[in-house]
Amino acid sequence: MPDSPDAITEFEARIAAGETIEPKDWMPDRYRKQLIRMMSQHAHSEVVGMLPEGNWITRAPTLRRKMGLLAKVQDEAGHGLYIYCGTETLGVGRAELVDQLLTGKAKYSSIFNYPTLTWADIGAIGWFVDGAAIVNQTMLAKASYGPYARAMVRICKEENFHKRQGYEIMATLAAGTPEQKRMAQDAVNRWWWPSLMMFGPSDKDSPNSAELTRWGVKRKGNDELRQRFVNLTVAQAVAIDLKLPDPELRPDPATGDWHFGPIDWDEFSRVVHGDGPLNRERLAARRQAHSDGEWVREAASAYAAKHTAAAAPAAA
Amino acid sequence: MADDGTPAPSDGQWPLWEVFVQPPRGEPFEHAGSVHAVDAESALQNARDVYTRRGEAVNIWVVPTAAITASTPADSGPFFDPGNDKPYRHPQFYSVPRGVRV
Amino acid sequence: MAPALDGPVQAALVQYLLRLGDDRLVLGHRLSEWCGHAPILEEDIALANIALDLVGQATLFLGLAGAAEAAGRDADALAYLREAIDFRNVLLAELPKGDFAFTIVRQFLFSVAAYYRLEGLATSSHGDLAGIAGKALKETRYHVRHSGEWVIRLGDGTSESHTRTQAALDALWRYTGEMFLADDVDATLVRAGVIPDLATAEPKWLAQVTGVIERATLAVPPSGYMQRGGRTGRHTEHLGIMLAEMQILQRSYPGAKW
Ligand SMILES: [Fe+2]
Ligand SMILES: [Fe+2]
Repeated sequence: MPDSPDAITEFEARIAAGETIEPKDWMPDRYRKQLIRMMSQHAHSEVVGMLPEGNWITRAPTLRRKMGLLAKVQDEAGHGLYIYCGTETLGVGRAELVDQLLTGKAKYSSIFNYPTLTWADIGAIGWFVDGAAIVNQTMLAKASYGPYARAMVRICKEENFHKRQGYEIMATLAAGTPEQKRMAQDAVNRWWWPSLMMFGPSDKDSPNSAELTRWGVKRKGNDELRQRFVNLTVAQAVAIDLKLPDPELRPDPATGDWHFGPIDWDEFSRVVHGDGPLNRERLAARRQAHSDGEWVREAASAYAAKHTAAAAPAAA
Repeated sequence: MADDGTPAPSDGQWPLWEVFVQPPRGEPFEHAGSVHAVDAESALQNARDVYTRRGEAVNIWVVPTAAITASTPADSGPFFDPGNDKPYRHPQFYSVPRGVRV
Repeated sequence: MAPALDGPVQAALVQYLLRLGDDRLVLGHRLSEWCGHAPILEEDIALANIALDLVGQATLFLGLAGAAEAAGRDADALAYLREAIDFRNVLLAELPKGDFAFTIVRQFLFSVAAYYRLEGLATSSHGDLAGIAGKALKETRYHVRHSGEWVIRLGDGTSESHTRTQAALDALWRYTGEMFLADDVDATLVRAGVIPDLATAEPKWLAQVTGVIERATLAVPPSGYMQRGGRTGRHTEHLGIMLAEMQILQRSYPGAKW
């Protein structure tokens, strides 16, 4: 079917009726393109997101923490994998998507360009970054594209453990020695604002939001999600006696929300455009892993070509 | 080219497999997701490592994605509608005396 | 609870459990270094699974060692507050992770040996030891399968992968003998009926390893001098550096809770 106005009307009627769109269904070319962009960006974020936390696996302070963190970072690899597979149903291979990441053509969440300086950063990431991700992904679990929504459902089930292990780390540090408490507060100070930026610019400044909303990929606006995250997090910070670094933070009786101060969108855009603290290092680490792994991937393919020629699924 | 017309990976990428897992209580297999792997044994291992980390399954099937034939949306009318007007296939079609649980 | 053992037998048991625990802690740590850097996402997940199994086994064995020692040290105290000279792992486990071939070949050589040892220990008269060994045995069966299939694919893949895998095998072979050394610790426990005699583990290991090496079109390295020392705390230089990293928080903040 061509991209005719009738087809688009019919497509939008399906979305309005709450139907999910499946890989072989007709979809507007824009919808497909937007999904590929958004989903692959999400997958890249999961994979690059392994690096800051992976940095502390070998230094985790107890065996329990070591296993918790390793299992958490492993889950993020799984998240990347699920979403890449979802994206592949739109007709683009993972190798191509990875290539877009490694050549800098594709973006990933800017939060992962910040460094993990102390063990408390592992707590702050689980609490804030995974906490923010849950808010966002809970919404995406109702996305109109079936494979994306299903990946999100699976991911959301796994994320709760991530947030809880992060919050537990922070609670333990905050109740620990003065040095530990200082470490925890410092991590909160560094991760709070970048976490709020994770939801993206205000919807009116977000070029893709309107289209994604109209097509049911996004069901809520960036500002609404950000506000929800703030509302959830304030009480959690109070409970463990850590201070969110925002002098303007106060309840707004008119809306029932927590009012928060202005976000430094200059910083956001600087980091998005490559000048965050660790943009170069993160990409270099991914490139290194990819090129170090090339001979391994080739070896497996060569072995299969020799031994399973008849059964090779994609060779037909 | 796979025979359904989708392009085969041309960039050295490992082929894609669909993973179906059976939950522990003998329920039917359900689709869990996909993995890349060069052969069936590797696909089975990858499926085990990726999709059964929390005890979700007691059995796994892996199927080359290219081997799956799927219905298309164009089929959906003629393919599935006939079931809708055969209410006698559903238990609610048959009445039971009040108060009896069948 | 296991029946009380004589002093020397109890001391041997503590040593034996430390060996089992340290092998797994150190190797699990090395494997965890791959997380985020593996050749493909599927393998990031697979290696992390094996690392988690090993650290989990280490936690159980070290916990039991601490209980048997009865000196108030738990698994964390043993993992994070001992010096390199107190660690009892085989040297094989502590070598840096190397390339993927090195990691996989080591995992295979270790896992097969671990499998036959655990198979014996699962019949131990010491109930707690037998229980942990039985659980670890199930996990290890999969480690053997995963690493073994990779050895075959790498050995019989491309000429580059073949060369790298043979090089890994040649480099690692001299560290394999230590996995089968039996000293006074083993003899004491065998005599006391705590563990079975495991003399057949080595020939079984060699037969299985040889079979896979041949399927992988690789060559079994010539037998020569076998490195040893780990079981008595005489390690390579790599272990101290690894522990410096692993133990940094516990060492920097004595007594803190995490
Ligand atoms: Fe995630
Ligand atoms: Fe997460």
